[in-house]
Amino acid sequence: MRRFSWFNATSLTLGFAFLYLPMVILVIYSFNASKLVTVWAGFSTRWYVELFQDQEFLDAAWVTVRVAVFSSTIATVLGTMAASVLVRAGRFRGRTLFSGMIYAPLVMPEVITGLSLLLLFIGIGLDRGIFTIVLAHTTFSMCYVSVVVSSRLATFDRSLEEAALDLGCSPFQAFRLVTLPIIAPAVISGWLLAFTLSLDDLVIASFTTGPSATTLPIKIFSAVRLGVSPQINALSTIMIAIVAVGVITASLITKRAAVTQARDEQAAVRATG
Amino acid sequence: MRRLVLIAVPYIWLLALFLVPFIIVLKISLSDIALAIPPYTPTLDLSGGWSAIRDFFGALDFENFVFLTTDDLYWRAYLSSLRIAAISTLITLAIGYPIAYAMARSAPEWRPTLLMLVILPFWTSFLIRVYSWMGILSSEGVLNQFLIGIGLIDTPLQILSTNIAVYIGIVYTYLPFMILPIYATLEKMDESLLEAAEDLGCSRLSAFWLVTIPLSKGGIIAGCFLVFIPAIGEFVIPSLLGGSDTLMIGKVLWEEFFSNRDWPVASAVAIVLLLILIVPIVLFQRNEQKAREAEG
Repeated sequence: MRRFSWFNATSLTLGFAFLYLPMVILVIYSFNASKLVTVWAGFSTRWYVELFQDQEFLDAAWVTVRVAVFSSTIATVLGTMAASVLVRAGRFRGRTLFSGMIYAPLVMPEVITGLSLLLLFIGIGLDRGIFTIVLAHTTFSMCYVSVVVSSRLATFDRSLEEAALDLGCSPFQAFRLVTLPIIAPAVISGWLLAFTLSLDDLVIASFTTGPSATTLPIKIFSAVRLGVSPQINALSTIMIAIVAVGVITASLITKRAAVTQARDEQAAVRATG
Repeated sequence: MRRLVLIAVPYIWLLALFLVPFIIVLKISLSDIALAIPPYTPTLDLSGGWSAIRDFFGALDFENFVFLTTDDLYWRAYLSSLRIAAISTLITLAIGYPIAYAMARSAPEWRPTLLMLVILPFWTSFLIRVYSWMGILSSEGVLNQFLIGIGLIDTPLQILSTNIAVYIGIVYTYLPFMILPIYATLEKMDESLLEAAEDLGCSRLSAFWLVTIPLSKGGIIAGCFLVFIPAIGEFVIPSLLGGSDTLMIGKVLWEEFFSNRDWPVASAVAIVLLLILIVPIVLFQRNEQKAREAEG
């Protein structure tokens, strides 16, 4: 505490103001009655009402949610498989290429990922729509999932799994009953990460979609290209609220789980001592 | 057998949807634009046998790459992307370091909350965070209203649609990437080293320069790369906040593809962008490797 000074307090205050003020301003202006987005004309929820009456937005939201659910679920399965290959499969032919293909998409500019996938889909004559966006999102988010899961797997004590095998579990049972519960937090955060990456993606979806499927980010981008729109302010507020509620709930749950675990461990220590 | 399936499924997925598309980009970058579907030539026709394959490779050339060097739009766009990314990285460091430092020096019971406040924006839509600045920076925006309101300026400043807005957008969206690695190194630092330096006659400021900064070098380098690398290929920020004179290569590639429909040139732009990115990515990997070795 010795070094906590006015300087530190000021940089924290200014820093967090910078991070959060733009979003606060956006939320405030979403309740503005005026169509001129920069003039305050009293409190109103009319933009929310208009948003929910706009069929195009509702359709786009539905497309986005479906894409996110499918791609993040497939990405979680593939990413967890890839993570166990990275951590446990040992040496095999083509391992360097494999880990290269896991890490490269993380640093690849989105415009290049999008362009290359579009050229592939055209090359093999695949009709572009929800299906192709799911393929594209699965591919880049499985790499994020495998990074998250492999860091957890690396610290995992393999003797637990071996004990299960000795006690008569099949390898799949050992995975389901022992390994999966232990790495579950990493798998869940991998899924959440994949889900938000998919919800948020504009560039790759724009390249890989066809006329039949418009996602929410594509809709938002085309609406705000020419300037601020009050409907988008309302939509943004809803999305910010969902994220805030989700993150706060998740952190409360993990905090409670940690407290329970600590209590159980203490009880176990008392019982054995 | 089980092991083979476990390796094969993700492997084949990545080969088909990462490596093959990339090879297609490489191939199209060597092709010529054509008024056809698909709009480039040559296309590989395997039914033609060996002579068709030979003709196919014979028709590939580096013309598009030569074109990139002759039209100064492209190399100016590459240079300007690098410059914008570098300047924004330095600004992000200047803003992010004091925040990370203050977080690491705050009371331990506060740190998880502060950390969550830094991570929370990650989960919020990137597009919306960039968009939120449009309402602030526009000529009738919140910032100009405020500055006119307190009498600092008479006429609104033109910030939106300039490079300044692009800098603000990059700094804002990538700030957590800078704060987190620096915080991680500063938090591990042993504070008794500073006391030792002061006991040995260092002033507080020189102790900071001679002890704290060198010890957090790993975090600074990691943070800078984490901002610099994605900023180079950025598309959303320059197209929403930048103006018509904002040149960034991600935007050029997008327009080349969607507006000009010149797929071979767009592919060549992508290949050169990747070649440029390899240098910072390799340097970043080396920095991470060093950090891991220092720990292990």
